[in-house]
Amino acid sequence: MKKLSVVFGAALLASTAFIAAAPAQAGDELTVVSWGGAYSMSQRKAFIEPFVADGNKVTEEEYNGEIAKLRAMIEAKSITWDVVDVDTQTALAACAEGILETIDWSKLGLDRSKFIGGDLQDCAVPNIVYSTVLAYDTTKLNPPPTQMTDLFDMAKFPGKRALQKSPFVNLEWALIADGVDAADVYKVLGTPEGVDRAFKKLDTIKKDVVWWEAGAQPPQLLADGQVAIASDWNGRFYNAVKVDNKPFKIIWDRQAPDWDWWAIPKGTPKLDGAYRFVAYSSDAQRMADQTKYISYGPSNLDSSPMVDPSVLGDLPTAPDNMKTALNVDPQFWADHGDELRERFNAWLAQ
Amino acid sequence: MAMAGAVLNDGIVRTADGTPLKIKLRQTERRERIKALTLISPLFLFIALTFLMPIAVMLFNAIYDPDVSDNLPQTVIALRAWDGKDVPGEAVFAAFVQDMRAANQNKMTAMIGKRLNYEISGIRSKVVTTGRKAAALEGGPYREAVLAIDPIWGQTDTWATIKRSSSAYTPFYLLSMLDLRQAADGSIERVPANRAIYVDVLLRTIGISLLVTTCTLILGYPVAYMLATLPQKTASLLMIFVLLPFWTSLLVRTTAWFVLLQDNGVVNDLIIALGISDHPLKLIFSRFGTIVAMTHIQLPFTLLPIYSVMKTISPTYMRAAKSLGATPFYAFLRVYMPQTLPGVAAGCLLTFILSLGYYITPALVGGPTDQMVSGFIADAINRENNWGKACAFGTILLTATLILYYVYNKLIGIDRMKLG
Repeated sequence: MKKLSVVFGAALLASTAFIAAAPAQAGDELTVVSWGGAYSMSQRKAFIEPFVADGNKVTEEEYNGEIAKLRAMIEAKSITWDVVDVDTQTALAACAEGILETIDWSKLGLDRSKFIGGDLQDCAVPNIVYSTVLAYDTTKLNPPPTQMTDLFDMAKFPGKRALQKSPFVNLEWALIADGVDAADVYKVLGTPEGVDRAFKKLDTIKKDVVWWEAGAQPPQLLADGQVAIASDWNGRFYNAVKVDNKPFKIIWDRQAPDWDWWAIPKGTPKLDGAYRFVAYSSDAQRMADQTKYISYGPSNLDSSPMVDPSVLGDLPTAPDNMKTALNVDPQFWADHGDELRERFNAWLAQ
Repeated sequence: MAMAGAVLNDGIVRTADGTPLKIKLRQTERRERIKALTLISPLFLFIALTFLMPIAVMLFNAIYDPDVSDNLPQTVIALRAWDGKDVPGEAVFAAFVQDMRAANQNKMTAMIGKRLNYEISGIRSKVVTTGRKAAALEGGPYREAVLAIDPIWGQTDTWATIKRSSSAYTPFYLLSMLDLRQAADGSIERVPANRAIYVDVLLRTIGISLLVTTCTLILGYPVAYMLATLPQKTASLLMIFVLLPFWTSLLVRTTAWFVLLQDNGVVNDLIIALGISDHPLKLIFSRFGTIVAMTHIQLPFTLLPIYSVMKTISPTYMRAAKSLGATPFYAFLRVYMPQTLPGVAAGCLLTFILSLGYYITPALVGGPTDQMVSGFIADAINRENNWGKACAFGTILLTATLILYYVYNKLIGIDRMKLG
């Protein structure tokens, strides 16, 4: 539709296309895009390495959720991503904008009813349940913070905070900390007064916040003593504790569980390969294997009995962890994400 | 001389074969010129393709905006007859339902919603829902049916916005980058204070660039002087210290500053050990960190042109000045320094213009209020998928840079600039 954007996109992507075109022609090499760090590592160990051992070729790429790059590729008709790991709101919005393939479950050869959240959307296959949580360094904060509202208590828990450079979850936390009932969060956030209220609450800690963009940053910021409390996806903290022996502890109060999904960009020339990879990675045993490397809950119901019992307590879906969990509304974010992000960016820059 | 013999009665100088010399010379010259053009044509093509064309496309995309006109073609035509006073009549709504049906089928409703949402906050989800419900409508009258779907279609502002966006060309993006917008009646007004950030960002970008340029000049000038006046052997050795960081990747140097400046970093540890402060100072994620890291990275760009100009200044001038009775300071100020100005001009311009485009360094060591224009352009492209905004911001930055360059040229004169 946008003729000139196409030209522009082509110019923008020319370099990537040149680099990507050569290996793509050499073999049927799939490009799998995910969030980097410990999460990509777990996918590499559980899915990509066995997939490659079975005679396939995979290139890994990292991103921080910038799905807009995909639209640029599609408009330039130079699609170099074949499978993308996306969060729920991004998948919903991207599906509505027509840049993702509609998933044909029969082609995947999977039983949709076996996947938690499988019927939530048409353009993506759920892979894991992750959660945005808070964590702190046990050697630094005494007494330790125990609840989400401690994030806003600068007097009792001094030190900087690391929060994601996004309004997602931060606004919800701000409203709950400001006294909004957790069940009404999205009703309040849907009104201009509610948005103002959330930002007003965030104002109280604004000068003490370090904003992160990549999920690998918060454990590093905590380890460096740069911040006292940090938010991140629970698996990143788990990995820092298990692999790097960091003295971090997760605050499960008001955790914000959400899905990550496999999605296939519309018009990828390697559609069959992409389907094969998604089906391969959705296998119950392989999904259970992934929990050896990161504490995210497999979406395949058949995986549950295969998960090592010692990991279960660290999954966001463990009953103890779910007690006060936030009921994230991805549809709200798919609808209001753009305007809230814009407002958030303006608020940050002021 | 052959030509002397070729002068005929008519007074025209001719070559041996009888053609007038003027024409012959012009022919030879033309041949030479074509040869020269052939040699530079690869470069010319390269610049046209990789530099001029993208800029032209960027300028165009800053005002090109076909999302509404492409996806609501019949509505746009029907709205032409609308006077803008009241909610439009059945004809407009019938066209609208038809357009929305098609858009819903092509999954374009989210794009229409996204575009309208820039101007009417919260309309995105309403457009998508309306698209879905409009597809299910069986027959007219459509006006009542659409009004029943969502009250937003009963507001004249909504239709005024669609009518305004109906041209494929819009000043919307350029205006919003200056914190301005068109009101419903077409007049230009300021955006609400909680959205007005872009003028600030632009001024901040220019301010940081000026400060960095000044810092590099203050730090670099004496070093350049020392390098230019020391014996060759020592100077070469010291030059390595200037060039080594110059050859190191920008990202590596920025990350190094990240390590040095953080709360538990080397610098803060030293400050606390020396008792200057009892708590870590806010060195990183601040304007201070941004300026320090950028100054470090830009230092060679300012220093090297000054150094190479200084190398060409003969020491005899200073000696002459002193022998005529000038104090060393006076001789430096009146004789030496004016001769270095072309290098200073070149170095400062280089650093200033490069600084305007900084993106990674402020993102890593700066706080949210230190982000510069490029950071916002990257956000618009990568996250918001709003190329109109990105192009408009690029256009504003380019224009501001050209204006500053013009002023600079008037003050200093670009022809006086020297890189060595």
